[in-house]
Amino acid sequence: MTWLFVVLAASTLLGGLGVVLTRNVVHAALFLLISLVSVAGIYLILFTEFLALVQVLIYGGAIIIVLVFAIMLTRTSEYPRISDNRQWPLAAVAALALGVVLGTAFWTNPPTGTTAQSPEFTELANSLFTRWAIPFEVASLVLLVALIGAIIIARTGNGGEG
Amino acid sequence: MTPLVYFQLLSAALFVIGLYGVMARRSAVLIIMSIELMLNAVNINLIAAASHLEGIGGFVNFDGQIIAIFVITIAAAELGLAIAIILRMHRNRGTVDVDEMNLMKW
Repeated sequence: MTWLFVVLAASTLLGGLGVVLTRNVVHAALFLLISLVSVAGIYLILFTEFLALVQVLIYGGAIIIVLVFAIMLTRTSEYPRISDNRQWPLAAVAALALGVVLGTAFWTNPPTGTTAQSPEFTELANSLFTRWAIPFEVASLVLLVALIGAIIIARTGNGGEG
Repeated sequence: MTPLVYFQLLSAALFVIGLYGVMARRSAVLIIMSIELMLNAVNINLIAAASHLEGIGGFVNFDGQIIAIFVITIAAAELGLAIAIILRMHRNRGTVDVDEMNLMKW
C-alpha cells in the first residue's frame, strides 16, 4: 500500500463518517464534498483520469451546489432536532454486520489482478459511442424525463392544472 | 502498487457508512447525501475492478469505467427528482422529516 492511497482512503472515510454523524446539515454537505473529492483522487490512483475529471465536475460542482440549494430552500428550525431517529443503534448494528460480511468476502478470496492500468482516452470514447451507443441514448432520454418530472413536481401549480 | 483488495475494502467501508446514514437519519436531505456516498462506493468498486482485471464473457477490461459513467448520470437524474420531491414535501407539510411522512401508511 502506498501512502497516497492511505491518505486518500482516510479522508474519504472520515468525510463519510462526518456526513452521517454531524448534527449540522451544512457541515454534512461540506464533509460530503471532502469525501467526493477524495474519491476523485482514488480514481487518479487507478489511472482513470476521465472519471476523476467527471467526479470533480459533477459531484464536486453540480451535486454539492444542488444539495446546498436544497438545504437553503428548506431551511427550518427543525434541522438540529431531526438529525437522528430512535433506531440508530439498530442501524449501526445492521450496517456493521453488513460490513463484516463484505469485508470477509473481499478479504478471504482476493482476486488476482494485474497492476492498475487504463486504456487510451480515445479507446474509451470509441467504446462509448459504438458498443454502448444504445445505453448512451437511453441515458439521455432518462435525463430528459427526470428534468421534466422535476419541473412538474416542483412548480407551484398557480395558473395551470398541475 | 496497491493491490485490488484494498480498493474493495475501501468501497465496502464507504458503502456501510452510507447505509448507516440512510437507516439512521431522519432528514430527507441527509438521506440523499448518504445515498450519494453509497453510489460512490459502488463506483470505486467498478473502477478498481475495471483497471485491475482482464475482461471476461464479452466484456473488455474497461467496460467498468463506462458503467461508472452511467451510474454518475443516473445519480444526477435521481438527485434532481429527489430535490424536487423534497421541496414539494416541505411546501405541503412544512417539514422534511421522513418519519412524519405517513400519508400512505395504515
